[in-house]
Amino acid sequence: MHELSIVANMFEILEEKARGLNAARITAVKIRVGRLSGVVPDLLESAFEAYKKGTLAEEARLEIEAVPFAFRCRRCGGESFPDEPPYVCTACGSGDIELLGGMDIVVEKIEVETDDPGPPGT
Amino acid sequence: MTRKDVLVLEDLLGTNKQIAAEIRRELGSRGILGVNLLSSPGSGKTTLLEGLADRLKSRHRIAVIEGDIETERDADRIRAKGVPAWQITTGGACHLEAKMVGPVLARVPADIDILFIENVGNLVCPAAFDLGESLRCVLLSAPEGDDKPAKYPQAFLTADVLILTKSDLIPYLTFDPGKAAGEALLINPRLKVFRVSALRGEGMDELASFFVNALRERRAGRA
Repeated sequence: MHELSIVANMFEILEEKARGLNAARITAVKIRVGRLSGVVPDLLESAFEAYKKGTLAEEARLEIEAVPFAFRCRRCGGESFPDEPPYVCTACGSGDIELLGGMDIVVEKIEVETDDPGPPGT
Repeated sequence: MTRKDVLVLEDLLGTNKQIAAEIRRELGSRGILGVNLLSSPGSGKTTLLEGLADRLKSRHRIAVIEGDIETERDADRIRAKGVPAWQITTGGACHLEAKMVGPVLARVPADIDILFIENVGNLVCPAAFDLGESLRCVLLSAPEGDDKPAKYPQAFLTADVLILTKSDLIPYLTFDPGKAAGEALLINPRLKVFRVSALRGEGMDELASFFVNALRERRAGRA
């Protein structure tokens, strides 16, 4: 249940970004969640819904894209995307691997709205 | 009103990774082997550390950072062994983060050889947070059952060492240490596996030697 601390980090990033863009509000947030990142997308969504109240993302919808677990074999160079163990190279069977993805949680993009300034001189 | 999409591409654990990298550099420059211990509550992390303290402290300087949601109890147990210990009470958080460990590091004496960090008991969340350690150890105790690696893959996937604890209880349980290790090795074939009873001493000398060798290799690699 560390989803809440993940979402707290997310809002730090979101608010900083929105301020930098002079955005009036954030209307959508898209994140990528690795299948072996250790967070549960449903819990992340609940934490997001609870946290967003009173922030610039109050009306935002959250889109979560699941990222498969992926690694590259250090022996043959092949890439594998296994759904379940064994987590060894699907081409040559080596366990000497370099992780490529599926462990991270990344904010990919946000959709923001900026209020247009009023006509000059008014 | 204008609406637009803005690319962000920020790792939500990016800040933690950054602080962990700083801790790793500092430990490296001070010649300290950092060890992060992960497991469910009650799988014997503190008892394992007490047993390691008995075996290591005559020839090596060890220190312990204890992570718990509440109480100083674990740090008190380690101090009773004559080993310096600092307690981090997370006040509710289910894991340690690098930013909690950083400030404690300044208080760790310069001549320490091995710094053990006992994470909050939890087989899920601590796995996502790098603390700047050089070795991550996951403990699995016999009473927990041999099916845990498959159920909690991330902890086993990110660890370097698997320590099967409470081996003295195996005769009374259905726990199959071969199956537990086998399942963990399917997730992570790079795991080095130990089977110990901290209470009775089985496998503890071997585990202590492993840490001493790891310290030696780390310092040789640095030289």
